[in-house]
Amino acid sequence: MSTTTSLHDCRDAFVTTLQEEASRNSQIVAVCNDSIGSSKLAGFASHWPERLINVGIAEQNLVGVGAGLANGGKIPFVCAASCFLTGRALEQIKADVAYSQANVKLCGISSGMAYGELGPTHHSIEDFAWMRVLPGIVIIAPADPAETRSAVQFAVNHAGPVFLRLSRVGVPELFDTDHAFSVGKADLLQDGGDLTIIANGTLTHRAMDAAKLLEKLGIQARVLNMGTVSPLDTEAIVKAAEQTGAIITCEEHSVYGGLGSSVAEVVVQHQPVPMKILGVPGIFAPTGSANFLLDEFGMAPEGICEAGRHLVGNKLVGNKGK
Amino acid sequence: MEVHDLQETARRIRLLDLETVYRAGAGHIGGEMSAIDILTSLYFHTLRVDPSHPDKPERDRFILSKGHTACALYTTLAVRGFFKEELLQSFLQPYSALNGHPNRVKVAGVETNTGCLGHGLPIGVGMAKAAKISGEHWRVFVLCGDGELQEGSNWEAAMAAAHFKLDNLTVIVDNNRLQQGARVSDTNELAPIAEKFSAFGWATCVVDGHDMKQLCDAFDARATTAGQPTCIVANTFKGQGISFMKDRVEWHHKVPDKDQYEQARQELEELIA
Repeated sequence: MSTTTSLHDCRDAFVTTLQEEASRNSQIVAVCNDSIGSSKLAGFASHWPERLINVGIAEQNLVGVGAGLANGGKIPFVCAASCFLTGRALEQIKADVAYSQANVKLCGISSGMAYGELGPTHHSIEDFAWMRVLPGIVIIAPADPAETRSAVQFAVNHAGPVFLRLSRVGVPELFDTDHAFSVGKADLLQDGGDLTIIANGTLTHRAMDAAKLLEKLGIQARVLNMGTVSPLDTEAIVKAAEQTGAIITCEEHSVYGGLGSSVAEVVVQHQPVPMKILGVPGIFAPTGSANFLLDEFGMAPEGICEAGRHLVGNKLVGNKGK
Repeated sequence: MEVHDLQETARRIRLLDLETVYRAGAGHIGGEMSAIDILTSLYFHTLRVDPSHPDKPERDRFILSKGHTACALYTTLAVRGFFKEELLQSFLQPYSALNGHPNRVKVAGVETNTGCLGHGLPIGVGMAKAAKISGEHWRVFVLCGDGELQEGSNWEAAMAAAHFKLDNLTVIVDNNRLQQGARVSDTNELAPIAEKFSAFGWATCVVDGHDMKQLCDAFDARATTAGQPTCIVANTFKGQGISFMKDRVEWHHKVPDKDQYEQARQELEELIA
Protein backbone atom coordinates (compact mmCIF):
# COMPACT_ATOMS: atom_id res chain seq x y z
CA MET A 1 0.00 0.00 0.00
CA SER A 2 1.33 3.37 -0.96
CA THR A 3 -1.26 5.56 0.71
CA THR A 4 0.27 8.48 2.54
CA THR A 5 -2.86 10.15 3.92
CA SER A 6 -4.27 9.20 7.31
CA LEU A 7 -6.74 6.33 7.45
CA HIS A 8 -10.28 6.35 8.82
CA ASP A 9 -12.56 3.71 10.30
CA CYS A 10 -15.90 4.38 8.55
CA ARG A 11 -17.81 3.14 11.59
CA ASP A 12 -16.99 6.53 13.16
CA ALA A 13 -18.67 8.48 10.36
CA PHE A 14 -21.55 5.99 10.54
CA VAL A 15 -22.32 6.51 14.22
CA THR A 16 -21.65 10.25 14.19
CA THR A 17 -24.15 10.69 11.36
CA LEU A 18 -26.63 8.27 12.91
CA GLN A 19 -26.57 10.29 16.15
CA GLU A 20 -26.99 13.58 14.27
CA GLU A 21 -29.99 12.16 12.44
CA ALA A 22 -31.40 10.58 15.62
CA SER A 23 -31.25 13.91 17.43
CA ARG A 24 -33.49 15.38 14.69
CA ASN A 25 -35.74 12.37 14.13
CA SER A 26 -37.15 10.64 17.19
CA GLN A 27 -38.35 7.67 15.13
CA ILE A 28 -34.79 6.47 14.56
CA VAL A 29 -33.88 3.53 16.78
CA ALA A 30 -30.82 1.27 16.85
CA VAL A 31 -31.14 -2.51 17.20
CA CYS A 32 -28.15 -4.71 17.97
CA ASN A 33 -27.10 -8.19 19.03
CA ASP A 34 -24.76 -7.63 21.97
CA SER A 35 -22.79 -5.54 19.48
CA ILE A 36 -22.81 -2.10 21.10
CA GLY A 37 -19.00 -2.04 21.10
CA SER A 38 -18.36 -3.40 17.61
CA SER A 39 -21.11 -1.20 16.16
CA LYS A 40 -19.80 1.78 18.17
CA LEU A 41 -23.25 2.43 19.61
CA ALA A 42 -22.19 3.37 23.14
CA GLY A 43 -22.78 7.07 22.44
CA PHE A 44 -26.21 6.37 20.96
CA ALA A 45 -27.05 4.21 23.98
CA SER A 46 -26.10 6.90 26.46
CA HIS A 47 -28.08 9.61 24.62
CA TRP A 48 -31.17 7.52 23.95
CA PRO A 49 -31.17 4.40 26.16
CA GLU A 50 -34.85 3.77 25.38
CA ARG A 51 -34.13 3.83 21.62
CA LEU A 52 -31.30 1.28 21.75
CA ILE A 53 -32.74 -2.23 21.56
CA ASN A 54 -30.20 -4.92 22.35
CA VAL A 55 -31.72 -8.36 21.74
CA GLY A 56 -28.63 -10.30 22.77
CA ILE A 57 -26.96 -12.93 20.64
CA ALA A 58 -29.99 -13.80 18.53
CA GLU A 59 -29.85 -12.65 14.92
CA GLN A 60 -33.14 -14.13 13.72
CA ASN A 61 -34.92 -12.25 16.47
CA LEU A 62 -32.75 -9.19 15.73
CA VAL A 63 -34.06 -8.83 12.18
CA GLY A 64 -37.64 -9.82 13.06
CA VAL A 65 -37.69 -7.20 15.81
CA GLY A 66 -36.39 -4.68 13.28
CA ALA A 67 -39.29 -5.49 10.95
CA GLY A 68 -41.77 -5.16 13.83
CA LEU A 69 -40.33 -1.80 14.88
CA ALA A 70 -40.69 -0.59 11.30
CA ASN A 71 -44.34 -1.70 11.33
CA GLY A 72 -44.75 0.39 14.48
CA GLY A 73 -43.50 3.51 12.68
CA LYS A 74 -39.86 3.40 13.76
CA ILE A 75 -36.82 3.68 11.50
CA PRO A 76 -34.67 0.85 12.82
CA PHE A 77 -30.93 0.72 12.12
CA VAL A 78 -30.22 -2.96 12.72
CA CYS A 79 -26.50 -3.18 13.46
CA ALA A 80 -24.56 -6.43 13.63
CA ALA A 81 -21.42 -8.04 12.30
CA SER A 82 -22.26 -8.48 8.63
CA CYS A 83 -21.41 -12.20 8.63
CA PHE A 84 -24.01 -13.00 11.31
CA LEU A 85 -26.57 -10.43 10.19
CA THR A 86 -26.76 -11.61 6.60
CA GLY A 87 -25.91 -15.28 7.13
CA ARG A 88 -27.84 -16.23 10.24
CA ALA A 89 -30.90 -14.09 9.53
CA LEU A 90 -31.09 -14.43 5.75
CA GLU A 91 -34.64 -15.84 5.77
CA GLN A 92 -35.83 -13.00 8.04
CA ILE A 93 -34.19 -10.51 5.68
CA LYS A 94 -35.94 -12.15 2.73
CA ALA A 95 -39.45 -12.51 4.18
CA ASP A 96 -39.77 -9.93 6.95
CA VAL A 97 -37.76 -7.11 5.36
CA ALA A 98 -37.48 -7.45 1.57
CA TYR A 99 -40.73 -9.26 0.71
CA SER A 100 -42.69 -7.29 3.31
CA GLN A 101 -41.09 -4.02 2.10
CA ALA A 102 -40.33 -3.10 5.70
CA ASN A 103 -38.52 0.17 6.33
CA VAL A 104 -35.51 -1.53 7.93
CA LYS A 105 -31.89 -0.37 7.59
CA LEU A 106 -29.59 -3.38 7.80
CA CYS A 107 -26.11 -2.26 8.82
CA GLY A 108 -23.52 -4.95 8.16
CA ILE A 109 -20.61 -3.93 10.36
CA SER A 110 -17.05 -5.19 9.79
CA SER A 111 -18.01 -6.70 6.45
CA GLY A 112 -15.67 -8.34 3.96
CA MET A 113 -12.56 -9.69 5.66
CA ALA A 114 -12.39 -6.94 8.28
CA TYR A 115 -12.15 -9.54 11.04
CA GLY A 116 -9.03 -10.84 9.30
CA GLU A 117 -7.30 -13.39 11.48
CA LEU A 118 -10.56 -14.46 13.12
CA GLY A 119 -11.10 -16.38 9.93
CA PRO A 120 -13.84 -17.34 7.49
CA THR A 121 -16.58 -17.77 10.14
CA HIS A 122 -16.27 -14.03 10.70
CA HIS A 123 -15.61 -13.01 7.12
CA SER A 124 -18.61 -11.66 5.24
CA ILE A 125 -17.64 -12.16 1.63
CA GLU A 126 -21.02 -13.54 0.55
CA ASP A 127 -23.25 -10.64 1.62
CA PHE A 128 -23.44 -8.77 -1.71
CA ALA A 129 -24.54 -12.00 -3.37
CA TRP A 130 -27.13 -12.86 -0.73
CA MET A 131 -28.57 -9.35 -0.51
CA ARG A 132 -28.68 -8.52 -4.19
CA VAL A 133 -30.83 -11.51 -5.17
CA LEU A 134 -33.54 -10.20 -2.85
CA PRO A 135 -35.78 -7.69 -4.68
CA GLY A 136 -36.08 -4.19 -3.29
CA ILE A 137 -33.03 -3.83 -1.04
CA VAL A 138 -30.77 -0.87 -1.78
CA ILE A 139 -27.18 -2.09 -1.26
CA ILE A 140 -24.52 0.48 -0.44
CA ALA A 141 -20.81 -0.07 0.22
CA PRO A 142 -19.28 3.31 1.02
CA ALA A 143 -15.61 3.92 0.28
CA ASP A 144 -14.74 6.66 2.76
CA PRO A 145 -16.14 8.69 5.69
CA ALA A 146 -17.92 11.28 3.50
CA GLU A 147 -19.68 8.63 1.43
CA THR A 148 -20.60 6.77 4.62
CA ARG A 149 -22.10 9.92 6.06
CA SER A 150 -24.10 10.59 2.93
CA ALA A 151 -25.24 6.96 2.72
CA VAL A 152 -26.59 7.05 6.29
CA GLN A 153 -28.52 10.24 5.47
CA PHE A 154 -29.93 8.54 2.38
CA ALA A 155 -30.95 5.48 4.42
CA VAL A 156 -32.88 7.63 6.90
CA ASN A 157 -34.85 9.32 4.15
CA HIS A 158 -35.39 6.33 1.85
CA ALA A 159 -38.70 4.54 2.50
CA GLY A 160 -37.72 0.89 2.25
CA PRO A 161 -35.03 -1.65 2.99
CA VAL A 162 -31.37 -0.65 2.81
CA PHE A 163 -28.26 -2.77 3.34
CA LEU A 164 -25.34 -0.62 4.42
CA ARG A 165 -22.12 -2.59 4.09
CA LEU A 166 -19.54 -1.09 6.40
CA SER A 167 -15.96 -1.96 7.17
CA ARG A 168 -13.63 -1.29 10.06
CA VAL A 169 -10.52 -1.38 7.88
CA GLY A 170 -8.93 2.07 7.58
CA VAL A 171 -9.47 3.99 4.34
CA PRO A 172 -8.25 7.44 3.25
CA GLU A 173 -10.62 10.31 2.52
CA LEU A 174 -11.56 10.19 -1.15
CA PHE A 175 -14.45 12.64 -1.30
CA ASP A 176 -14.99 16.18 -0.05
CA THR A 177 -16.72 16.23 3.32
CA ASP A 178 -19.93 17.58 1.74
CA HIS A 179 -20.03 14.78 -0.85
CA ALA A 180 -23.63 13.95 -1.75
CA PHE A 181 -24.06 10.25 -2.35
CA SER A 182 -26.39 9.59 -5.26
CA VAL A 183 -28.14 6.23 -5.10
CA GLY A 184 -27.64 4.07 -8.18
CA LYS A 185 -25.01 6.42 -9.62
CA ALA A 186 -21.33 5.59 -9.95
CA ASP A 187 -18.77 8.29 -9.13
CA LEU A 188 -16.26 9.01 -11.88
CA LEU A 189 -13.08 9.43 -9.80
CA GLN A 190 -10.68 9.56 -12.70
CA ASP A 191 -11.26 9.46 -16.45
CA GLY A 192 -9.31 7.42 -18.93
CA GLY A 193 -9.81 5.64 -22.22
CA ASP A 194 -7.77 2.43 -22.05
CA LEU A 195 -9.68 0.48 -19.42
CA THR A 196 -12.07 0.99 -16.50
CA ILE A 197 -11.51 -0.10 -12.92
CA ILE A 198 -14.76 -0.44 -10.98
CA ALA A 199 -14.53 -0.76 -7.19
CA ASN A 200 -16.31 0.09 -3.97
CA GLY A 201 -15.81 0.04 -0.22
CA THR A 202 -12.26 -0.65 0.91
CA LEU A 203 -11.13 -1.28 -2.68
CA THR A 204 -11.80 2.14 -4.16
CA HIS A 205 -8.63 3.79 -2.85
CA ARG A 206 -6.60 0.74 -3.96
CA ALA A 207 -8.13 1.15 -7.43
CA MET A 208 -7.08 4.81 -7.44
CA ASP A 209 -3.52 3.87 -6.52
CA ALA A 210 -3.52 1.19 -9.22
CA ALA A 211 -4.62 3.80 -11.80
CA LYS A 212 -1.56 5.89 -10.88
CA LEU A 213 0.73 2.90 -11.44
CA LEU A 214 -0.96 2.17 -14.77
CA GLU A 215 -0.41 5.76 -15.84
CA LYS A 216 3.33 5.25 -15.41
CA LEU A 217 3.01 2.40 -17.91
CA GLY A 218 1.20 4.69 -20.32
CA ILE A 219 -2.21 3.16 -19.65
CA GLN A 220 -5.01 5.62 -18.93
CA ALA A 221 -7.50 4.01 -16.58
CA ARG A 222 -10.97 5.26 -15.79
CA VAL A 223 -11.91 4.67 -12.14
CA LEU A 224 -15.54 4.30 -11.12
CA ASN A 225 -16.63 4.09 -7.50
CA MET A 226 -19.73 1.85 -7.53
CA GLY A 227 -21.04 2.72 -4.09
CA THR A 228 -24.46 1.28 -4.87
CA VAL A 229 -24.45 -2.36 -5.94
CA SER A 230 -28.23 -2.40 -6.20
CA PRO A 231 -29.71 -0.57 -8.03
CA LEU A 232 -26.67 -0.72 -10.29
CA ASP A 233 -25.54 2.12 -12.54
CA THR A 234 -25.89 0.15 -15.79
CA GLU A 235 -25.49 3.30 -17.86
CA ALA A 236 -22.00 4.00 -16.45
CA ILE A 237 -21.02 0.37 -17.00
CA VAL A 238 -22.19 0.26 -20.62
CA LYS A 239 -20.47 3.56 -21.28
CA ALA A 240 -17.25 2.27 -19.71
CA ALA A 241 -17.41 -0.85 -21.89
CA GLU A 242 -18.05 1.20 -25.05
CA GLN A 243 -15.48 3.88 -24.37
CA THR A 244 -12.63 1.95 -22.71
CA GLY A 245 -13.15 -1.60 -24.05
CA ALA A 246 -11.96 -3.42 -20.91
CA ILE A 247 -13.17 -3.59 -17.30
CA ILE A 248 -11.61 -4.73 -14.05
CA THR A 249 -13.74 -5.04 -10.92
CA CYS A 250 -12.29 -5.08 -7.39
CA GLU A 251 -14.20 -6.00 -4.24
CA GLU A 252 -13.70 -7.31 -0.73
CA HIS A 253 -16.10 -10.15 -1.52
CA SER A 254 -16.14 -13.49 -3.26
CA VAL A 255 -15.58 -13.27 -7.00
CA TYR A 256 -18.93 -15.08 -7.26
CA GLY A 257 -22.15 -13.12 -7.02
CA GLY A 258 -20.88 -9.70 -5.95
CA LEU A 259 -19.87 -6.47 -7.67
CA GLY A 260 -17.91 -8.24 -10.42
CA SER A 261 -20.80 -10.55 -11.21
CA SER A 262 -23.21 -7.61 -11.23
CA VAL A 263 -21.03 -5.70 -13.69
CA ALA A 264 -20.46 -8.81 -15.83
CA GLU A 265 -24.22 -9.40 -16.11
CA VAL A 266 -24.54 -5.93 -17.61
CA VAL A 267 -21.46 -6.23 -19.83
CA VAL A 268 -22.33 -9.59 -21.40
CA GLN A 269 -25.88 -8.52 -22.16
CA HIS A 270 -25.21 -5.02 -23.43
CA GLN A 271 -21.62 -4.48 -24.53
CA PRO A 272 -19.34 -7.52 -24.24
CA VAL A 273 -15.70 -6.56 -23.57
CA PRO A 274 -12.81 -8.35 -21.82
CA MET A 275 -13.21 -8.32 -18.03
CA LYS A 276 -11.25 -9.34 -14.97
CA ILE A 277 -13.07 -9.92 -11.70
CA LEU A 278 -10.83 -9.45 -8.66
CA GLY A 279 -12.00 -10.60 -5.25
CA VAL A 280 -11.74 -13.57 -2.93
CA PRO A 281 -11.15 -16.42 -5.39
CA GLY A 282 -13.79 -18.91 -4.28
CA ILE A 283 -11.92 -20.20 -1.24
CA PHE A 284 -12.12 -19.88 2.53
CA ALA A 285 -9.35 -17.37 3.17
CA PRO A 286 -6.19 -18.42 5.00
CA THR A 287 -5.14 -16.69 8.21
CA GLY A 288 -4.22 -13.05 7.80
CA SER A 289 -5.39 -9.45 8.20
CA ALA A 290 -7.83 -7.97 5.70
CA ASN A 291 -5.15 -5.88 4.05
CA PHE A 292 -2.76 -8.84 3.89
CA LEU A 293 -5.46 -11.01 2.32
CA LEU A 294 -6.48 -8.34 -0.20
CA ASP A 295 -2.84 -8.09 -1.28
CA GLU A 296 -2.57 -11.89 -1.42
CA PHE A 297 -5.63 -12.10 -3.65
CA GLY A 298 -4.13 -9.74 -6.19
CA MET A 299 -5.74 -6.54 -4.97
CA ALA A 300 -2.67 -4.59 -3.87
CA PRO A 301 -2.40 -1.58 -6.22
CA GLU A 302 0.45 -3.45 -7.92
CA GLY A 303 -1.77 -6.52 -8.37
CA ILE A 304 -4.63 -4.51 -9.83
CA CYS A 305 -2.14 -2.68 -12.06
CA GLU A 306 -0.76 -5.99 -13.31
CA ALA A 307 -4.27 -7.28 -14.04
CA GLY A 308 -4.92 -4.04 -15.93
CA ARG A 309 -1.74 -4.26 -17.98
CA HIS A 310 -2.59 -7.85 -18.88
CA LEU A 311 -6.19 -7.03 -19.79
CA VAL A 312 -5.19 -4.08 -21.99
CA GLY A 313 -2.60 -6.35 -23.67
CA ASN A 314 -5.29 -8.92 -24.42
CA LYS A 315 -7.55 -6.23 -25.78
CA LEU A 316 -4.85 -5.08 -28.22
CA VAL A 317 -4.04 -8.66 -29.32
CA GLY A 318 -7.74 -9.26 -29.82
CA ASN A 319 -8.06 -6.15 -31.98
CA LYS A 320 -5.05 -7.09 -34.11
CA GLY A 321 -6.61 -10.47 -34.79
CA LYS A 322 -9.63 -8.83 -36.41
CA MET B 1 -70.12 -9.08 19.69
CA GLU B 2 -71.73 -11.56 22.10
CA VAL B 3 -70.71 -15.20 22.33
CA HIS B 4 -73.64 -16.50 20.30
CA ASP B 5 -72.94 -14.04 17.48
CA LEU B 6 -69.25 -14.92 17.55
CA GLN B 7 -70.15 -18.59 17.17
CA GLU B 8 -72.42 -17.81 14.23
CA THR B 9 -69.71 -15.68 12.63
CA ALA B 10 -67.12 -18.42 13.08
CA ARG B 11 -69.43 -20.95 11.42
CA ARG B 12 -69.95 -18.61 8.50
CA ILE B 13 -66.19 -18.10 8.18
CA ARG B 14 -65.66 -21.89 8.27
CA LEU B 15 -68.17 -22.30 5.47
CA LEU B 16 -66.53 -19.58 3.38
CA ASP B 17 -63.11 -21.12 4.02
CA LEU B 18 -64.38 -24.56 2.95
CA GLU B 19 -65.88 -23.11 -0.24
CA THR B 20 -62.73 -21.13 -1.00
CA VAL B 21 -60.38 -24.09 -0.54
CA TYR B 22 -62.68 -26.40 -2.50
CA ARG B 23 -62.95 -23.91 -5.38
CA ALA B 24 -59.19 -23.30 -5.47
CA GLY B 25 -58.38 -26.99 -5.15
CA ALA B 26 -55.71 -26.24 -2.56
CA GLY B 27 -55.27 -24.86 0.93
CA HIS B 28 -54.53 -25.90 4.49
CA ILE B 29 -58.06 -26.60 5.65
CA GLY B 30 -57.25 -28.61 8.78
CA GLY B 31 -55.21 -25.88 10.45
CA GLU B 32 -57.69 -23.27 9.22
CA MET B 33 -60.58 -24.99 11.00
CA SER B 34 -58.49 -25.17 14.17
CA ALA B 35 -57.67 -21.43 14.06
CA ILE B 36 -61.01 -19.91 13.00
CA ASP B 37 -62.56 -19.57 16.46
CA ILE B 38 -59.40 -17.75 17.62
CA LEU B 39 -59.45 -15.45 14.57
CA THR B 40 -63.15 -14.74 14.99
CA SER B 41 -62.89 -13.83 18.66
CA LEU B 42 -59.92 -11.57 17.90
CA TYR B 43 -61.39 -9.74 14.89
CA PHE B 44 -64.99 -9.50 16.12
CA HIS B 45 -64.38 -8.93 19.81
CA THR B 46 -60.88 -7.94 20.87
CA LEU B 47 -58.85 -6.14 18.20
CA ARG B 48 -59.24 -2.39 17.87
CA VAL B 49 -58.98 -2.25 14.09
CA ASP B 50 -60.80 -0.18 11.51
CA PRO B 51 -61.38 -1.95 8.18
CA SER B 52 -61.82 1.39 6.42
CA HIS B 53 -58.44 2.61 7.81
CA PRO B 54 -56.35 -0.55 7.96
CA ASP B 55 -53.07 1.36 8.50
CA LYS B 56 -54.23 3.56 11.37
CA PRO B 57 -51.06 4.01 13.46
CA GLU B 58 -52.74 3.28 16.81
CA ARG B 59 -54.44 0.05 15.67
CA ASP B 60 -53.93 -3.24 17.46
CA ARG B 61 -51.69 -5.57 15.46
CA PHE B 62 -52.34 -9.21 14.59
CA ILE B 63 -49.77 -11.52 13.00
CA LEU B 64 -50.72 -14.88 11.51
CA SER B 65 -47.40 -16.57 12.13
CA LYS B 66 -48.81 -19.89 10.86
CA GLY B 67 -49.08 -18.23 7.45
CA HIS B 68 -50.08 -21.41 5.60
CA THR B 69 -53.59 -20.95 7.02
CA ALA B 70 -53.85 -17.72 5.02
CA CYS B 71 -57.30 -18.63 3.70
CA ALA B 72 -58.71 -18.50 7.25
CA LEU B 73 -57.25 -14.99 7.64
CA TYR B 74 -58.57 -13.89 4.23
CA THR B 75 -62.10 -15.10 4.98
CA THR B 76 -62.01 -13.47 8.43
CA LEU B 77 -60.76 -10.17 7.00
CA ALA B 78 -63.40 -10.29 4.26
CA VAL B 79 -66.25 -10.92 6.69
CA ARG B 80 -64.86 -8.19 8.96
CA GLY B 81 -65.04 -5.80 5.98
CA PHE B 82 -61.38 -5.25 5.06
CA PHE B 83 -62.22 -6.21 1.48
CA LYS B 84 -65.15 -7.61 -0.50
CA GLU B 85 -66.03 -11.26 -0.06
CA GLU B 86 -66.04 -11.70 -3.85
CA LEU B 87 -62.25 -11.32 -3.77
CA LEU B 88 -62.10 -14.72 -2.06
CA GLN B 89 -63.06 -16.27 -5.40
CA SER B 90 -59.64 -15.31 -6.72
CA PHE B 91 -57.79 -17.26 -4.00
CA LEU B 92 -54.66 -18.83 -5.58
CA GLN B 93 -55.66 -17.73 -9.10
CA PRO B 94 -52.92 -16.26 -11.33
CA TYR B 95 -51.97 -12.75 -10.16
CA SER B 96 -54.48 -12.87 -7.30
CA ALA B 97 -53.69 -10.73 -4.25
CA LEU B 98 -54.68 -13.80 -2.26
CA ASN B 99 -51.55 -15.92 -2.39
CA GLY B 100 -51.12 -19.17 -0.48
CA HIS B 101 -49.44 -17.09 2.23
CA PRO B 102 -50.46 -13.55 3.22
CA ASN B 103 -48.83 -10.47 1.68
CA ARG B 104 -49.15 -7.14 3.47
CA VAL B 105 -48.35 -5.21 0.32
CA LYS B 106 -51.36 -6.67 -1.49
CA VAL B 107 -53.98 -7.43 1.16
CA ALA B 108 -55.52 -4.82 3.46
CA GLY B 109 -55.31 -5.83 7.09
CA VAL B 110 -52.25 -8.06 6.73
CA GLU B 111 -49.39 -6.70 8.88
CA THR B 112 -46.40 -8.70 7.63
CA ASN B 113 -45.68 -11.39 5.06
CA THR B 114 -45.63 -14.78 6.74
CA GLY B 115 -45.15 -18.27 5.42
CA CYS B 116 -41.73 -19.11 6.81
CA LEU B 117 -42.49 -20.53 10.25
CA GLY B 118 -41.03 -18.96 13.38
CA HIS B 119 -41.08 -15.41 12.02
CA GLY B 120 -44.20 -13.95 13.64
CA LEU B 121 -43.12 -13.78 17.25
CA PRO B 122 -39.89 -11.81 16.66
CA ILE B 123 -41.84 -9.30 14.56
CA GLY B 124 -44.48 -9.12 17.30
CA VAL B 125 -41.74 -8.31 19.80
CA GLY B 126 -40.62 -5.43 17.57
CA MET B 127 -44.18 -4.11 17.22
CA ALA B 128 -44.77 -4.29 20.97
CA LYS B 129 -41.43 -2.62 21.65
CA ALA B 130 -42.31 0.18 19.20
CA ALA B 131 -45.51 0.87 21.19
CA LYS B 132 -43.56 0.96 24.45
CA ILE B 133 -40.95 3.36 23.06
CA SER B 134 -43.66 5.67 21.72
CA GLY B 135 -45.87 5.43 24.83
CA GLU B 136 -48.69 4.10 22.64
CA HIS B 137 -51.29 1.68 23.94
CA TRP B 138 -51.93 -0.63 21.04
CA ARG B 139 -51.64 -4.34 21.66
CA VAL B 140 -49.97 -7.06 19.60
CA PHE B 141 -51.34 -10.58 19.07
CA VAL B 142 -49.39 -13.36 17.37
CA LEU B 143 -51.00 -16.67 16.40
CA CYS B 144 -48.51 -19.54 16.20
CA GLY B 145 -49.05 -23.17 15.42
CA ASP B 146 -47.86 -25.56 18.10
CA GLY B 147 -45.59 -27.44 15.70
CA GLU B 148 -44.18 -24.07 14.63
CA LEU B 149 -42.65 -23.69 18.09
CA GLN B 150 -40.04 -26.21 17.00
CA GLU B 151 -38.39 -23.26 15.21
CA GLY B 152 -35.68 -21.83 17.49
CA SER B 153 -36.36 -18.22 16.49
CA ASN B 154 -39.54 -18.33 18.64
CA TRP B 155 -37.46 -18.92 21.74
CA GLU B 156 -35.06 -16.09 20.90
CA ALA B 157 -38.13 -13.86 20.77
CA ALA B 158 -39.70 -15.39 23.89
CA MET B 159 -36.57 -14.49 25.86
CA ALA B 160 -36.51 -10.93 24.55
CA ALA B 161 -40.24 -10.32 25.12
CA ALA B 162 -39.95 -11.21 28.80
CA HIS B 163 -36.70 -9.28 29.19
CA PHE B 164 -38.34 -6.18 27.66
CA LYS B 165 -41.42 -6.67 29.88
CA LEU B 166 -43.76 -6.52 26.89
CA ASP B 167 -47.12 -6.83 28.61
CA ASN B 168 -48.73 -5.48 25.41
CA LEU B 169 -47.78 -8.70 23.57
CA THR B 170 -49.88 -11.86 23.52
CA VAL B 171 -48.95 -15.05 21.74
CA ILE B 172 -51.72 -17.55 21.10
CA VAL B 173 -50.59 -21.11 20.47
CA ASP B 174 -53.04 -23.00 18.24
CA ASN B 175 -52.40 -26.25 20.07
CA ASN B 176 -53.97 -28.82 17.75
CA ARG B 177 -51.13 -31.28 18.48
CA LEU B 178 -50.75 -32.23 14.82
CA GLN B 179 -48.10 -30.99 12.45
CA GLN B 180 -47.79 -31.56 8.70
CA GLY B 181 -46.58 -35.12 8.79
CA ALA B 182 -47.61 -36.60 12.13
CA ARG B 183 -48.57 -35.87 15.72
CA VAL B 184 -46.30 -33.32 17.38
CA SER B 185 -45.69 -35.84 20.17
CA ASP B 186 -44.43 -38.37 17.63
CA THR B 187 -42.22 -35.81 15.87
CA ASN B 188 -40.51 -33.52 18.36
CA GLU B 189 -42.62 -33.15 21.48
CA LEU B 190 -43.30 -29.61 22.71
CA ALA B 191 -45.43 -30.28 25.77
CA PRO B 192 -45.65 -28.75 28.26
CA ILE B 193 -45.93 -25.53 26.24
CA ALA B 194 -47.33 -23.23 28.95
CA GLU B 195 -44.62 -24.33 31.37
CA LYS B 196 -41.93 -23.59 28.79
CA PHE B 197 -43.21 -20.02 28.28
CA SER B 198 -43.60 -19.68 32.03
CA ALA B 199 -39.96 -20.63 32.50
CA PHE B 200 -39.05 -17.91 29.98
CA GLY B 201 -40.84 -15.35 32.17
CA TRP B 202 -44.27 -15.17 30.53
CA ALA B 203 -47.71 -15.09 32.12
CA THR B 204 -49.56 -18.12 30.77
CA CYS B 205 -52.98 -19.68 30.63
CA VAL B 206 -54.58 -22.64 28.92
CA VAL B 207 -58.02 -22.35 27.31
CA ASP B 208 -60.38 -24.33 25.11
CA GLY B 209 -59.55 -22.81 21.73
CA HIS B 210 -63.05 -23.47 20.44
CA ASP B 211 -64.83 -21.80 23.38
CA MET B 212 -65.56 -18.16 22.47
CA LYS B 213 -66.17 -17.09 26.05
CA GLN B 214 -62.87 -18.53 27.25
CA LEU B 215 -61.00 -16.99 24.29
CA CYS B 216 -62.50 -13.53 24.76
CA ASP B 217 -61.84 -13.57 28.49
CA ALA B 218 -58.23 -14.64 27.92
CA PHE B 219 -57.70 -11.89 25.31
CA ASP B 220 -59.10 -9.18 27.58
CA ALA B 221 -56.55 -6.53 28.53
CA ARG B 222 -57.63 -6.96 32.16
CA ALA B 223 -56.38 -10.56 32.01
CA THR B 224 -52.79 -9.48 31.29
CA THR B 225 -50.08 -9.27 33.92
CA ALA B 226 -48.18 -5.98 34.28
CA GLY B 227 -44.59 -6.35 33.13
CA GLN B 228 -45.02 -9.76 31.50
CA PRO B 229 -45.98 -10.90 28.00
CA THR B 230 -48.89 -13.34 27.82
CA CYS B 231 -48.95 -16.81 26.28
CA ILE B 232 -52.37 -18.35 25.75
CA VAL B 233 -52.24 -22.04 24.93
CA ALA B 234 -55.48 -22.62 23.04
CA ASN B 235 -56.29 -26.32 22.89
CA THR B 236 -57.83 -26.95 19.50
CA PHE B 237 -58.52 -29.68 16.97
CA LYS B 238 -57.32 -29.71 13.41
CA GLY B 239 -60.43 -29.88 11.20
CA GLN B 240 -62.75 -28.65 13.98
CA GLY B 241 -66.38 -28.42 12.83
CA ILE B 242 -66.17 -31.10 10.13
CA SER B 243 -66.53 -34.62 11.53
CA PHE B 244 -64.31 -36.56 9.16
CA MET B 245 -61.51 -33.98 9.28
CA LYS B 246 -61.36 -33.54 13.03
CA ASP B 247 -58.03 -34.49 14.59
CA ARG B 248 -56.88 -36.17 11.35
CA VAL B 249 -53.33 -35.37 10.28
CA GLU B 250 -54.00 -35.96 6.58
CA TRP B 251 -56.28 -32.89 6.50
CA HIS B 252 -53.26 -30.61 6.98
CA HIS B 253 -53.46 -29.77 3.30
CA LYS B 254 -55.80 -32.31 1.77
CA VAL B 255 -58.62 -30.93 -0.40
CA PRO B 256 -62.15 -32.39 -0.11
CA ASP B 257 -63.60 -34.18 -3.13
CA LYS B 258 -67.16 -33.40 -4.23
CA ASP B 259 -68.85 -35.79 -1.83
CA GLN B 260 -66.66 -34.72 1.07
CA TYR B 261 -67.32 -31.08 0.23
CA GLU B 262 -71.10 -31.63 0.21
CA GLN B 263 -70.96 -33.47 3.53
CA ALA B 264 -68.73 -30.83 5.14
CA ARG B 265 -70.97 -28.08 3.84
CA GLN B 266 -74.07 -29.78 5.19
CA GLU B 267 -72.45 -30.24 8.61
CA LEU B 268 -71.46 -26.59 8.81
CA GLU B 269 -74.83 -25.35 7.50
CA GLU B 270 -76.69 -27.42 10.06
CA LEU B 271 -74.63 -25.69 12.72
CA ILE B 272 -75.77 -22.28 11.50
CA ALA B 273 -79.04 -21.38 13.15
